[in-house]
Amino acid sequence: MTDTQAPPVRTPESNDEALLRVEDLRVHFPTGDGLVKSVDGLSFSLRRGEILGIVGESGSGKSVTSQAILGLHKGSKARVSGSIWFEGTDLVAASEHEMRAFRGDQMAMIFQDPLSAMHPFFKIGDQIAEAYLVHNKVSKRDARQRTIEMLQKVGIPNAAGRYDDYPHQLSGGMRQRAMIAMALICRPKLLIADEPTTALDVTVQAQILELIKDLRDELDSAVILITHDLGVVAETCDQVVVMYGGQAVEQGSVAELFAQPEMPYTWGLLASMPRMDRVRSTRLMPIPGSPPSLINVPNGCVFNPRCRFSDRVPGRKCFTEHPELSPTTGSASPLAVHEVRCHIPAEERQQILLTEIRPTL
Amino acid sequence: MFRFIVGRLLGAVVVLFFVSVVTFLIFQIAPLLSHTSPVYFYTGKVPFAAGSPALKALIHQYGFDLPVPVQYWQYVSGIFTGRTISDGTTVIHCTFPCLGYSFRQNELVSSLLTEAAPVSISLCVGAAVLWLVGGVLVGTVSALRPGSIVDRAGMGLSLGAVSLPIFFTGPLLLLVFEYQLGWINENYVPITQDPLGWLGSMILPWFALAFLFAALYARLTRSNMLETLGEDYMRTARAKGLDRRTVIVKHGLRAALTPIVTIFGIDFGTLIGSTVITETVFNLRGLGYLSITAISQQDLPIILGVTLVAAVALVVANVLVDITYAFIDPRVAL
Ligand SMILES: Nc1ncnc2c1ncn2[C@@H]1O[C@H](COP(=O)(O)OP(=O)(O)OP(=O)(O)O)[C@@H](O)[C@H]1O
Ligand SMILES: [Mg+2]
Repeated sequence: MTDTQAPPVRTPESNDEALLRVEDLRVHFPTGDGLVKSVDGLSFSLRRGEILGIVGESGSGKSVTSQAILGLHKGSKARVSGSIWFEGTDLVAASEHEMRAFRGDQMAMIFQDPLSAMHPFFKIGDQIAEAYLVHNKVSKRDARQRTIEMLQKVGIPNAAGRYDDYPHQLSGGMRQRAMIAMALICRPKLLIADEPTTALDVTVQAQILELIKDLRDELDSAVILITHDLGVVAETCDQVVVMYGGQAVEQGSVAELFAQPEMPYTWGLLASMPRMDRVRSTRLMPIPGSPPSLINVPNGCVFNPRCRFSDRVPGRKCFTEHPELSPTTGSASPLAVHEVRCHIPAEERQQILLTEIRPTL
Repeated sequence: MFRFIVGRLLGAVVVLFFVSVVTFLIFQIAPLLSHTSPVYFYTGKVPFAAGSPALKALIHQYGFDLPVPVQYWQYVSGIFTGRTISDGTTVIHCTFPCLGYSFRQNELVSSLLTEAAPVSISLCVGAAVLWLVGGVLVGTVSALRPGSIVDRAGMGLSLGAVSLPIFFTGPLLLLVFEYQLGWINENYVPITQDPLGWLGSMILPWFALAFLFAALYARLTRSNMLETLGEDYMRTARAKGLDRRTVIVKHGLRAALTPIVTIFGIDFGTLIGSTVITETVFNLRGLGYLSITAISQQDLPIILGVTLVAAVALVVANVLVDITYAFIDPRVAL
């Protein structure tokens, strides 16, 4: 490691305190067709050194959430409410000007699709160095040097030569590494990686995830890892939020959630997850139906149009009453937080999991 | 890079070859269509009786009795090596670049062109600066606040500008600033003689000509900029913590203006030989004025001279655009 800075010391207190606390976050977009409720009441928190996975199908509000954390909706028509506490500052209330000091420096983002997220007309090295130069009073030469070190660190061979390449000249994996270098060059406390491995082949995917974990260890940063893939979450994350239709439908520690998944949507995701380690007992099952409209959100539970088990709940409650996110009863450890948004009674849920779901996974 | 430039230059040569063939063919076809002796189109008159030995001698001197390819060769090589031109009474020796002689105006076409070209170039360069600055500014500001008063005013104004022809705006400007206010003198003064006088004589034509283009470029800039603002890399730029001005000017304009370079090159190249209306309205003796006079007098050598110059301007502009584009858009494969 070429960094001279010593890793920050973690005291027990700072360890307990959340770096990021999102409370009842809502991001609504007024459009010609109606109000798009892309994120609707999301809460989670994250400590330094932790990796939080956000999973969910396309359109569930993952990217919108991460952009809200960076304050990128400011200046647009989006209506953002709730609060995002980052080291004592509420980012929802912060001005664009205040946000600028955080962005790229304290918190950085690896964007989905690095080809379109990088400027086609600038050299990748200059684009990365630019992120360093905004927040550090250094010469262009030092920034270049630092960029080349960063490119080396993320595993780009011949980094000095690659500095002058344009984004289209790199392969997908190399571009993703360059994007990671850009995000990490100021040693952010919070790193948001928005589907950093989609569209990469499996080996490169594993390398990129390994890289993110290594950097988390080195910088002691908190990481939000957005993905479609529960397999990635199982291997990489400590906490997980399962998002559906702009809401968290289940969240908790990864160990908890995988040991005892409780929400029918999570079961669906698990069932649709390809497994390398063993032959499946049944066919891979994609969740039938499509994600809900975010304009006319279904009454009751958001997942009800696609839920196989809504008839197990007495009195059509799934269709009339919006379920609250509440702690599960079957937690393996009493300290672990594991919450689920479902009307099915807890015992019934465990029964279904045991008899109908487990055997098919 | 080198191969790319050489390739573009070779392409330009091919285009110029075709242009020269076409202009040559006009000399071949015009006599056939009008049942006139080809001598008429060179000299503006048929100096001797049809079928007379004197006319035959003149026809032979021009080489009209030779096979067509040989005539073409004489025509093209004549431009470089010079020719002797005669209308039967006057004999003119014209040296490189020999584009012919106008017996109507008693001048070499090349000297007529070298007199007229600076006027047209002054007109086009000045107007281009104005319309680029104005158009890009209005377009960018409009794109940053779509639907705002600035946007609506800018776009409304540009819609008006597009629909107002120069033969309306030109005389209007003249009426107000020259005849009413008396601020501006009309006669063209070369910049080498009197830069301020040149500025004074060109300012109205610049505005008249730039107005139209500024409107088009404002709309173009606005739509490109709006598209660019929605690009992912603009969000990346903000996510780095860059301030708004850097995001918009460095990242936004860089992308939004790149396609405009192409359009500008072509527009400018085309304009050099075709500012007829502006030159007529403002009484500027440029290439447009030269060609419109030549057309009304059926003075074919001048028409062809202007055509060749205009074609060269367009081809050069195209080559420059391609080469510039290769520098500013790294995705262009060299
Ligand atoms: N500016 C906007 N205006 C209106 N709707 C928007 C806007 N941005 C996002 N949305 C909507 O919000 C919803 C959530 O989008 P988001 O990009 O967060 O999905 P995602 O979970 O990241 O999906 P993916 O996995 O495909 O990246 C989508 O339905 C999208 O159409
Ligand atoms: Mg997304």
